[in-house]
Amino acid sequence: MTIIEFSVNTAVVLIGLSILVIFVRLAIGPSIADRVVALDLLSANAIAFIAVYSIRNNSTTFLDVGIIVAILAFLGTVAFAFYLGKGKKP
Amino acid sequence: MRETAGGILLLLGTVFILLSAVGIFRMPDLYTRMSATTKASTLGIGLVLAGTVLYWFDIAIAARAISIIVFLFLTAPVAAHIIGRAAYFDGVPLWKHTKIDELAEDLEKKREGEK
Repeated sequence: MTIIEFSVNTAVVLIGLSILVIFVRLAIGPSIADRVVALDLLSANAIAFIAVYSIRNNSTTFLDVGIIVAILAFLGTVAFAFYLGKGKKP
Repeated sequence: MRETAGGILLLLGTVFILLSAVGIFRMPDLYTRMSATTKASTLGIGLVLAGTVLYWFDIAIAARAISIIVFLFLTAPVAAHIIGRAAYFDGVPLWKHTKIDELAEDLEKKREGEK
């Protein structure tokens, strides 16, 4: 097993593990903002997973999806923050 | 040789991503969680994409990966700032050992302005 194979396999395992841990925070997170941050981090992990996937499966098609995911994650966070600021007014 | 360097960068980036996951799970309040995740995950993704660029070594892939990296480096601090500020004014509590709270005056003013 060469170094690149080893690191790709390890990366898949570690990113999957961190997605699991983030899901725990997404489930228990006390406030809405905690869940928004967890979602943001999940999309970041999705981008990293896409990059690893492109090496593992020898296809670069999904890297375009990474750009879209990055843009959508930012817009989603901004939208959530906007409605969080507007929320509790009587 | 080039692929080996890419693999090492990939491993480093994944370790940083795992660290950000541990940070979001272990830190005591929202603001420290954001501090851990924003920095670690930005650096982690940057390193993973740099590893991808080194592995493929192709101009089209490099353009995509670098555009993702630049976009993330531009937007991650902005998103963290916006969500942190909204959460503070929404009343998310600080950690009990927090020493400095410079936004408290703004919060007072905003509360008075709403009355």
